[in-house]
Amino acid sequence: MMLVKVMFYVLAAIALGSALYVAASKNLVRSVFMFFVTLFALAGLYVLALADFVAITQIVIYVGGILVLILFAFMLSGRETLDAIQKQKGKFISLSKLPAVLLAALFFVVMFITLRQVRVDELDWVRTAVADGNVIKPDTILIENIGVNLMTLYLLPFEAISILLMFALIGAAHLSRKEPQA
Amino acid sequence: MIALSDFLLLSAALFCIGLYMVVAKRNAIQILIGIELMLNAAILNLVAFGKYDKVNNGGQVFALFAIVLAAAVTAVALAIILNVYRQFKTIDPSKINNLGD
Repeated sequence: MMLVKVMFYVLAAIALGSALYVAASKNLVRSVFMFFVTLFALAGLYVLALADFVAITQIVIYVGGILVLILFAFMLSGRETLDAIQKQKGKFISLSKLPAVLLAALFFVVMFITLRQVRVDELDWVRTAVADGNVIKPDTILIENIGVNLMTLYLLPFEAISILLMFALIGAAHLSRKEPQA
Repeated sequence: MIALSDFLLLSAALFCIGLYMVVAKRNAIQILIGIELMLNAAILNLVAFGKYDKVNNGGQVFALFAIVLAAAVTAVALAIILNVYRQFKTIDPSKINNLGD
């Protein structure tokens, strides 16, 4: 029980620290590679939230797919992109960044206060779920249940998202092709 | 077990970092990374609440859908960024000021 808590705080610290580094770094390549670390830490957090399948999907799609795509994009977009970043001056909190920092901080304060007031752990439906035993335990094997649910209860969203994914990929391929020399 | 509010607090912090990146950065790829951070914060919330839904798995299934949608969004956005770079020779969103040519 204690070990789980310790792991949660370690992973949360890794995720927050690397996310802050991603936001603060002026070197685009470094910030993309630190984003890898954030995503891995988040996958670990999903495991701690007892969602193994989502964690695996996170690693396969985000770390394996999206980040490689981002790396490709800025490798293809030339050296000027990287130079433009280096030219930005000022530190993490400079005068030009102040409005953005203020906005993010105030947003966080609002969410924090809301969280305190709602008291999520005592919500009605959470209590009902706990009372009914409708809670995932660490030894529950869920993957079979997720598969059955995807093919029955969530069949329509599943098909919709597959068609949408096909549209998006065809559109991306169409957008990024080389123009024929006219 | 880990309290639900811990997950939500972490997710709120990640969301705010993403929000900062979207507002402050002057590079389209970094803005895209900020959007991905915000999406990940939302997915963390879905997963954390999904623990209390063993029969229907609503939270986890919709976390999967959100991940797939993020992949689609990134593919299209990067294609657009490459096109914009070809057209304007920069990907600073504040320097891109016309749609047609």
